[in-house]
Amino acid sequence: MSNLSRRKLITTGIAATAGASGLAVAAGLARRYGLIPPDGGGIYGAGETLTYAAQRLLTSHSMAREFSRSQISKTPFANDVAPMDEAFKRLQAGAFAGWRLAVDGMVARPGSFALADLKSYPSSSHITHLACEEGWSYIAEWTGVPLSHVLDKVGVLPQAKYFVYFSQQKGWWDSVDMADALHPQTLLTYGLNGGELPVGNGGPLRMRVPRQLGYKSVKYITRLTVTDSLKTFGKGLGSAAPEDGYAWYAGI
Amino acid sequence: MLCFFALLVSGIEIVISHPRFYWGEAGNVLTPPLFKLPIPASRSSVSTGYGFVLPDQNGWSRYLHFQSAWVAVLTGLLYAIYGVFTGHFRKNLLPDDLSWRALAKDIANHLRFARPGEAEACSYNVLQRLTYLLVIFVLFPLVIWTGLAMSPAIASVFPSAVAVLGGQQSARTIHFFDSIFLLLFLLVHVVMVCVSGFRS
Repeated sequence: MSNLSRRKLITTGIAATAGASGLAVAAGLARRYGLIPPDGGGIYGAGETLTYAAQRLLTSHSMAREFSRSQISKTPFANDVAPMDEAFKRLQAGAFAGWRLAVDGMVARPGSFALADLKSYPSSSHITHLACEEGWSYIAEWTGVPLSHVLDKVGVLPQAKYFVYFSQQKGWWDSVDMADALHPQTLLTYGLNGGELPVGNGGPLRMRVPRQLGYKSVKYITRLTVTDSLKTFGKGLGSAAPEDGYAWYAGI
Repeated sequence: MLCFFALLVSGIEIVISHPRFYWGEAGNVLTPPLFKLPIPASRSSVSTGYGFVLPDQNGWSRYLHFQSAWVAVLTGLLYAIYGVFTGHFRKNLLPDDLSWRALAKDIANHLRFARPGEAEACSYNVLQRLTYLLVIFVLFPLVIWTGLAMSPAIASVFPSAVAVLGGQQSARTIHFFDSIFLLLFLLVHVVMVCVSGFRS
């Protein structure tokens, strides 16, 4: 302590105050621009907010890498999921002709789309890399209707901010923000590598968000709800993922 | 150091989800791995030969890993700025006598556990300088780069950053080995400090 001069104390004090007020300003800006993720509270909230804010800002116009046909993996590994229930098996027996995607929430024209309807819309394909948080990955060609196209059909209201999607499997749901929902590579997919999307890989309908890890690409989509706040869904953390301990934003 | 420990522990936990490593862009249990770690996994989809599966701690591990990464990177950035502005890197880390003879002498002294003389003890020798430079300017930035290269979001902004490494799986493999090197450096560093005494 004998070496602590008055000058050093004052300099440190000013630096600390500047740092603290800088942080407060940053936090305020983050809140105003929707850069605080729904799981931005708790002991990991600061890190998670930094990650989401930084990556959201960086990826405002980025496209997930697209590969050539020769780079498609021979083995698009399908991770284990919970066993299918009777309802799913019945739909499967009918070649999923009865599969419906319900769209509700902050939309002008809520409705329900059959798989055939979705397949009749202009389709988009991309050969992209799917990385699981576990550490494995594969490259495949995904074919589907851009989510933005479906959202156009239902007319998203101006106050909407988030898009919540639900799997036919109970308890499995996730959400994305406006930037990802409207992104041209965000698809409701029904085709894989030129054929029907296999059930193991999420068929008949799988959300595909290629700029985030695989768990955001929820399988067996039956419902989409447009909202301005994620607080009223589940525990209010944005998706089932944080409820299991995983980050809502899965860009990394 | 605290950050590194947090990154290490959470990193180990993350590896346990899939203790197989690949090269290139893609790799999963259905593709031949570059190598496998002979440890049990925390997911049943990976066959490890062990009859059990470890508890899955990947959720908080990833949160901790990325939060610690932010602290490490921000601190590292401050250190780098400080180092450049005060000339710390130029004065203390650039070797003043970069010759094979000087390097061989230092390596020999280290192997002999020779105690340094008065003058030598006050500044870093060639071996130390080269090691510090390697850690600060190669290993540390590389571990960050390979870490970020595994991010689909970052890959969408800087695709070449992934391609140059050989792909996402290559980045993962390099990241693993780089963190082992950093751990080795830390262990040797701590041992050296203990051997030479904290006061000097």
